[in-house]
Amino acid sequence: MTQSSKKENGGILKRIFSDLTLRRGVASILIFLTLWEIGFRFHEWFGVMVPFVGKIDAPTLVVARWREVVLQPGYWESWYLSFGRVFFGFLVAQVIGIPFGLAMAVNKNFRGLFFPPFEILRPIPPLAWVPASIIFWPTTELSIMFVTFLGAFYTVVINVLGGARSIDIQYLRAAQSMGATRWDLFRKIILPGTMPSIFIGAAVGMGITWEVVLAAEMISGGGQQSGGGLGFFIWSSYMGGVMDQVIVGMISIGLAGYISSSLIRYLGHISMPWRRMF
Amino acid sequence: MSVGNNIVPSKGAISIRNVTKVYDPGGADVMAVDDCSLEIAAGEVCMIVGPSGCGKTTLLNAIAGFHSITEGQIDLDGEMLCGPGKQLATQGADRVVVFQNGALFPWKTLADNVAYGPVVQGLMSKADAREKAMTMLSEAGLDGVADKFPGEVSSGMARRAEIVRALINDPKVLLLDEPYRAMDALTKSIMHESLLEVYDRTKVTIFFITHDLEEAIFLGDRVVVMTTRPAKTKKIVDVKINRPRDYRLLSSEEFRLLVQETKEAVHEEAVKAFEAGERELA
Repeated sequence: MTQSSKKENGGILKRIFSDLTLRRGVASILIFLTLWEIGFRFHEWFGVMVPFVGKIDAPTLVVARWREVVLQPGYWESWYLSFGRVFFGFLVAQVIGIPFGLAMAVNKNFRGLFFPPFEILRPIPPLAWVPASIIFWPTTELSIMFVTFLGAFYTVVINVLGGARSIDIQYLRAAQSMGATRWDLFRKIILPGTMPSIFIGAAVGMGITWEVVLAAEMISGGGQQSGGGLGFFIWSSYMGGVMDQVIVGMISIGLAGYISSSLIRYLGHISMPWRRMF
Repeated sequence: MSVGNNIVPSKGAISIRNVTKVYDPGGADVMAVDDCSLEIAAGEVCMIVGPSGCGKTTLLNAIAGFHSITEGQIDLDGEMLCGPGKQLATQGADRVVVFQNGALFPWKTLADNVAYGPVVQGLMSKADAREKAMTMLSEAGLDGVADKFPGEVSSGMARRAEIVRALINDPKVLLLDEPYRAMDALTKSIMHESLLEVYDRTKVTIFFITHDLEEAIFLGDRVVVMTTRPAKTKKIVDVKINRPRDYRLLSSEEFRLLVQETKEAVHEEAVKAFEAGERELA
């Protein structure tokens, strides 16, 4: 690595976490892990079982299991498969959801026509769609992606619609008084004005997508050895009675979700220089 | 100081004749403006004062083309903006509005904000418009912040940039709706000097709504006191004080008498508005 690129990386990282924030974060995780370890070892050391935490395998055991698991290709395949499903469903939700939300925001007739059915479908939990989508779609893979898509779609639409409708009318009037046409208003005012809401919708939607994809994988299952994704990894570990492996799966999901939402925040950061999201 | 004092204003005469505006005809029928007439000469600074909610902004919206009028006619330089058969004026860059809370686009830098008008009208290429924007911003003492976003500069700088954004369109009329309302006295006085400097340079017609009577007298050629709703002109105070004006004016006897005269007229209407409000509650 050259000197200059090192400097750049330092700059970006510094912008993302100030040093104090990073130190606080590391400290809080260490304290949490230590308490967890002590809670589990309490029975061994003093003969007293600590409720709840005493029954959960300690971090050291989880790490030991993790070191075995990372050597298995099936574990990484689970990551890859879950990520694929999440990103596919998420992307389709953005591609359909953003124009749909914008169209509802700017056109009264369109809103009148599509908002009521949208609102009726919205409260239906994505997981309730699993049986139906297994029938709809030819492959399990597609039905999982469809459920994933639904998880993000409603959030994306609601955020875009709300964001576009709450743009200060003075921006629109100022633009009109300087000669903007309707198309200019849409492209130059409504679109950038809705950007913050698009990214909020994306960040929330990404979280829901992870929740949904794992549950969908648990329900629809996968191969016995591999092919199931992280959700199925947890489920099969539980079925096999390997508790520390369940925790490995849970933490993996946490990390995967964090990586995904960091990516979205980063994209928001670079595409909206006028605004800091965090 | 200013050199451009001899410019003879040739454009921007507004003629408001018997304008009436009723909101929600057939429903609640709130009359905002009632048979209001006002002639504003080309290059005049016309200050509009009156009680809150009296219909001042309705008048501005009618000139700008944001709202229709119910009756009457408004002309700009002899051409009808709105009137019989055309209740809503066509919006245009010859009448640019500067708003109460500021309406610089937060996602554009100050320079790009200023360049917006000529670009969106297709009058200039983006590069040319930006170059002109930079020139105009530096004339206004804002060259140091041209590449900053509105959220990164003070409200005073933002408001000055907003006036530059209006002026780049070479408007006939500048419509200002309480642009300095939320500012502290010191910032306000800087804003006033900068606006007067712009006015002395361009002699653009200014239609300026305010609640601040001292601001009205200090800036205006005439101060129009509106009645409480429905609005019509109650009194017109002529401010025969030479330009360029500066802050020594504020402590002169002449200035204080004019403020007093205006205050009495506004106070009368404010009391009426207050009592009308009480009646509505009872």
